[in-house]
Amino acid sequence: MAVQTTYDFDQMLSNAREAYGEELMSMADDGLDFYFTYSDNVAPSSSAGKFVQKYPDRCFNFGIAEPNQVGASAGLALSGKVVFAQVFGPFLSLRAADQIHTDIAYNDVDVRLIGTHAGVTAAGGPTHNCIADLALYRAIPNLTIAVPADAGQCVKMIRQSMDYRGPMVIRIDRGGSPNVYADNSYELRFGKAIEAVGGTDISIISAGSSVYWSMMGARILKERHGISARVIDMHTIKPMDGDMLLKCASETKNIVTVEEHSINGGLGGGVAEFLLEAGFSGKFKRIGLPDEFAVLGDPDEVYKYYGMDPEGIAAQIERLLNG
Amino acid sequence: MKRYRNEVSPERVAQLEDKCVEIRKKLLNFIYRIGMGHLGGELSIVEMAVALYYEYMEYDPKDPKWEGRDRLVLSKGHCSETLFTIFSDLGMYSLDYMVERFETLDTAIFGMHSNRKYVPAIEVSAGSLGHGLPVALGLALGAREQRKQWRTFVIVGDGEIEEGTNWEAIMAAGHHRLGNLVAIIDKNGLQMTGPTATVMSIDPLDRKFEAFGWDVIEIDGNDMYSVCRALASLPPADPWVRRKPIFIISNTTKGRGVSFMEGNVKWHGGGIAKEQLDQALADIEKTRKERV
Repeated sequence: MAVQTTYDFDQMLSNAREAYGEELMSMADDGLDFYFTYSDNVAPSSSAGKFVQKYPDRCFNFGIAEPNQVGASAGLALSGKVVFAQVFGPFLSLRAADQIHTDIAYNDVDVRLIGTHAGVTAAGGPTHNCIADLALYRAIPNLTIAVPADAGQCVKMIRQSMDYRGPMVIRIDRGGSPNVYADNSYELRFGKAIEAVGGTDISIISAGSSVYWSMMGARILKERHGISARVIDMHTIKPMDGDMLLKCASETKNIVTVEEHSINGGLGGGVAEFLLEAGFSGKFKRIGLPDEFAVLGDPDEVYKYYGMDPEGIAAQIERLLNG
Repeated sequence: MKRYRNEVSPERVAQLEDKCVEIRKKLLNFIYRIGMGHLGGELSIVEMAVALYYEYMEYDPKDPKWEGRDRLVLSKGHCSETLFTIFSDLGMYSLDYMVERFETLDTAIFGMHSNRKYVPAIEVSAGSLGHGLPVALGLALGAREQRKQWRTFVIVGDGEIEEGTNWEAIMAAGHHRLGNLVAIIDKNGLQMTGPTATVMSIDPLDRKFEAFGWDVIEIDGNDMYSVCRALASLPPADPWVRRKPIFIISNTTKGRGVSFMEGNVKWHGGGIAKEQLDQALADIEKTRKERV
């Protein structure tokens, strides 16, 4: 797997939100048939906005009414086409929870809910933070949860989801996250995690933008402490790749999770549940947002404040192993 | 094509009235045998459901997933036994089959709330209130974009209209001028704990829907001739024409046809005892109109 090695942030900045809009355009240009819904959250200047302008008949704006958008997306899917529904992440998970559960998952329709602004990337404080969504999604049956690590992976997921049967949430951040993968020629399979960086002392299980921060943290651990950290891109939170977790448990003994989510109920919770039932007895830690309404600030500052930046990840792992 | 017919024949209305007597009796027997149901609301929608399935919807009971069918979303999903009874009468299932597979763990096909996964004739799985109108909105949008002639009907309860999601969908349907969408409110005046008028005032529904950009028809929903007149007057669901969606205020009586259930809030949900069943069946028979 070819991953980034330069860690030159500015050189490889990409934007999953822009990339997925471009992919919608590309798929429509290729003759693929699908609907796109939104709720007053697509800027005309964005790539999704340009898609809406080029293909207005297949796009529906429901105004500021996320439950109606999600419910109507189920109806559109029942009329016979795959639906991509872009919803502002915090309002998708909290406002439209009932519709995700009943109209999308229970009715088993081919809707891809694109939840944007994961974690604290929207800025603006707790009303706009998206920190409880994975906990909700994980408890809903028949719902696949995908969290792309970078823009290229997001594009793969969007394209491949056209051939996927059943409801799916694709969780992306605001945009402006670095690329994890140096090229996109690798094979992506939903439910099959990727070992992005090899290592023997500890496994860092991560998803979304946190994968990149974890890779940088792993480099710090190696350079300063001689700790060999493996980084796993758990891009599908459900179904979670248990085989990969068992492999990590047996080969690295210690495991941490890193996610742009509350430490309660998300990736870390899922990994912990699986490992405990599998008899795992190594050291374990969840790195993520603590159980509080997050402090206000630029997303990078907030993540640093909570020890989720590369330095923080490395420091917490070093303490876990040596403390 | 049934869709473009405006005449209502008295002979057909009489046949449908007799069908309602039959369906109510079968429904009562069904609920007696399974021991649970929502008879009040299930009895109040019988005329509308019968008129739709036996006369006004393009529908083939032998092929319930036929692509060109009209879609009916029963948003008040707790009243699904009325539809199951109609499906049975249309030849899809025997009553015994439905009873044997009603909420019976791993062999269950039927439940108190409708599930499209097990019953192909159910368009949308329902139960939680306030979901049907947004989903029906999506169906109607899809039909129009795909230039399909089929129509989407959605039946909502009057207590259910208190859910805010309905009003998001009502606003959107008016905005999109979805003439292929017909929402029917079963206005039986009662919800679980009391009269709708005292729990939460929903009126004036006609002016509210008109203000949201809908055409409104108000009828006696337990009078078959009124129901047929309303459904026969619907303009074609032409996907090329943008016009107002249609809202039918169907004034009904909860527990319709059964003396001790009519207008009685106690008959929202539950089962029915043998003596009550006998009395109810006798009451229903009395509603049969004499034909000369």
